[in-house]
Parts: sequence; C-alpha cells; structure tokens
Amino acid sequence: MKLIDTLEQELGKKDLPTLHPGDTVDVHYLIREGDKERVQIYSGTIISISGRGIRKNICVRRIVQGEGVERIFPLHNPRVQDVVITRRGNVRRAKLFYLRDRVGKKTRVKELVGDKVRRERDAEKARRAAITAAATAQEAAPADDSAEETVEA
Amino acid sequence: MTLILGRKIGMTQLFAEDGTVAGVTVVEAGPCVVTQIRTEENDGYNAVQLGFEDMPDRLVAKPQRGHFAKNEIAPKRFLREERLNGPAECEIGDVVKADAFEEGDLVDVIGTTKGRGFAGTIKRHGFSRGKETHGSHNVRAPGSIGCSATPSRVLKGKRSSGHYGNARKTTKNLRIMRVDEERNLIFIRGGVPGPPNGFVQVRTAKTGIKKG
Repeated sequence: MKLIDTLEQELGKKDLPTLHPGDTVDVHYLIREGDKERVQIYSGTIISISGRGIRKNICVRRIVQGEGVERIFPLHNPRVQDVVITRRGNVRRAKLFYLRDRVGKKTRVKELVGDKVRRERDAEKARRAAITAAATAQEAAPADDSAEETVEA
Repeated sequence: MTLILGRKIGMTQLFAEDGTVAGVTVVEAGPCVVTQIRTEENDGYNAVQLGFEDMPDRLVAKPQRGHFAKNEIAPKRFLREERLNGPAECEIGDVVKADAFEEGDLVDVIGTTKGRGFAGTIKRHGFSRGKETHGSHNVRAPGSIGCSATPSRVLKGKRSSGHYGNARKTTKNLRIMRVDEERNLIFIRGGVPGPPNGFVQVRTAKTGIKKG
C-alpha cells in the first residue's frame, strides 16, 4: 500500500459503518449553540458518496417543510460523531441525483431486503457491540455515555 | 537556518479538534547525511552539502563515486548545499532528520514543478479565453501583441506561449502542522512544487514571522 494511504488510515477514524448510496441514515453532528455544544441528528437519504480515505464525504438529502435540503458530511470529521443506518436502499446507481427532480411519494427509495442485508445488519450490530464493550472495558464512566448513545440510535 | 532534503509523498487532510480541515502535503524528509563541508579557504564560501537517499552502487557515476568514497559515505541520489554565514559547526557524516523542524515552524519548500511542455498563454500566463460560439474563431489565441507602425515591433518581455514548468520553484512561508519523527515525515500546510515522489528541499523560511 502507498505510504499516503497508510497515513490516511492511521489519521482517520478507525471504524466507520459501510455506507451505500440509497441508505437512509441518521448523522450525529456536533453543533455549536452560543457557547454550548450539542449533538444534532440529521436524517435523510445518501445520494452520493465521494472521495476516498480520509477525504470521504457523503451527501445526505432530506425534505424539510417541502423544500429539499442536501448536506455534505466529511465522514472523518470529528464533528460527525456517528452515522447510523436506519434503512438500506435498493438502487441501481452510484449517484441518486435523479431524486432532486422528484416530489412527494416518488422521492422514496425502495428498501433493500434479503439475506445479505440481514447478515450485514447483524455484522453492524456486532461491530457496535464490540465498540461499546471496548469502551466499557477501558473506563467505567465514559462507557455509560456511549451505551446510552447506542440505545438512542 | 535549517535545510533538509526529502521526497514529496502526496497530499491529504488533517482535521482539527473543532472540525476545521487543513490540506497538507506529506514530505519524507531525511535522514540526510553531511557529505561535504565547504570552507572559505578551500572553496571561497562556507556551506554544508547534504545528501539524501541511498542509491545502488552500479548507478553511481565515476566522479560522484570518488566524491563519496573520499569520506566513506554511501552514495546518495540527491545532493544540495546549504549556504552558511560562518564556518560550519557540523562534521562530515552527521545526520539531519525530520526532527530538525517542529510543529508551527514556517518553512520554504523548493522543488521542480511539473513539466507542461510547450504551453499556450492561457495555461502559462492565465490569459482569458475567447468565445467558443457566436461565430468566434478566437478561442485560445493570445489576441493583440502590440501596436502598429510605431514601434513596428513587439515589445520585449511580451508574455507569449512557450515552455512551461519543469523549473525550480520556491513556495514560501508554509506552516508545519505535524512532524512524525519515527518515519521522518513532515506535514506541511498547503501545496509544494513538483509531482508526488519528486525531490524537494525544505528550509526555514527566509522571510515571514513565526506567529506566537
């Protein structure tokens, strides 16, 4: 592997969920309100994944009060605290820009179902459990926080 | 003043705690060996010659072979000098590593830019382009290059098409964001001249003031 790719792997987040275009996700994003910070959850459909390594971004589209909103999240940014897949999408394209031209019920993406999805979902659950377990093992106090987060998700 | 020789590895991003991102160039800097010391009496000026990256013996030209053999140093691929004001304080065989720099330092990076061959005025000097439609045939042409009967010649220094790139270039006052001493890597904010794997020289910035 090229040295630059090795470096990006070391610098970036170690464990990110495997995301696909068409997936419905909850992005836990740390926002600043005055001098306080809190986590805002932004949920929508991934319409594009761009970049690789530490420069990987996802574009998440949702409809807010009848108006389409797209936000691009750099996945390795520390402000993006978590990305939770709530629903897998069955799509045949890498970029779902055609959703921009649609309104109402047509903006929905068909759900991807099947054995593979089930297996991946179980793997994802196991991965999250492993992270929580690791956190619990490391320290007692912060482990409680992360456990709560997983429940919310 | 510190000079170190290295190789550009490539570019990536660094995220700060508050989520701001910085584009950085990774340079594999050193270890460099002092291969020669130039003195006032011998050479007419004071300088230190540094060498970077070993090369196989069969590739070394005979004159260079002698140069390295004299001080029993493994042949190096990339040699550059650092000019000094006074006599050198180091000795032949001393090693300069990436830890010569630290986070927050300002540096100048010297490299050879990517060669672009014979380039037109748009790429080479940033001229504007003409219309592509509405019957225009003046798409990438340079336009007028001067006056008429007076002076009936083109003024010297008129920017025109020609060879572009593959030239020594210095980018000044770049900040060092991180130093990896183990692997001799320096993370420099911004871009540096040349392609990935190109040789570069990193030196303490000649102008510019280090902020607090």
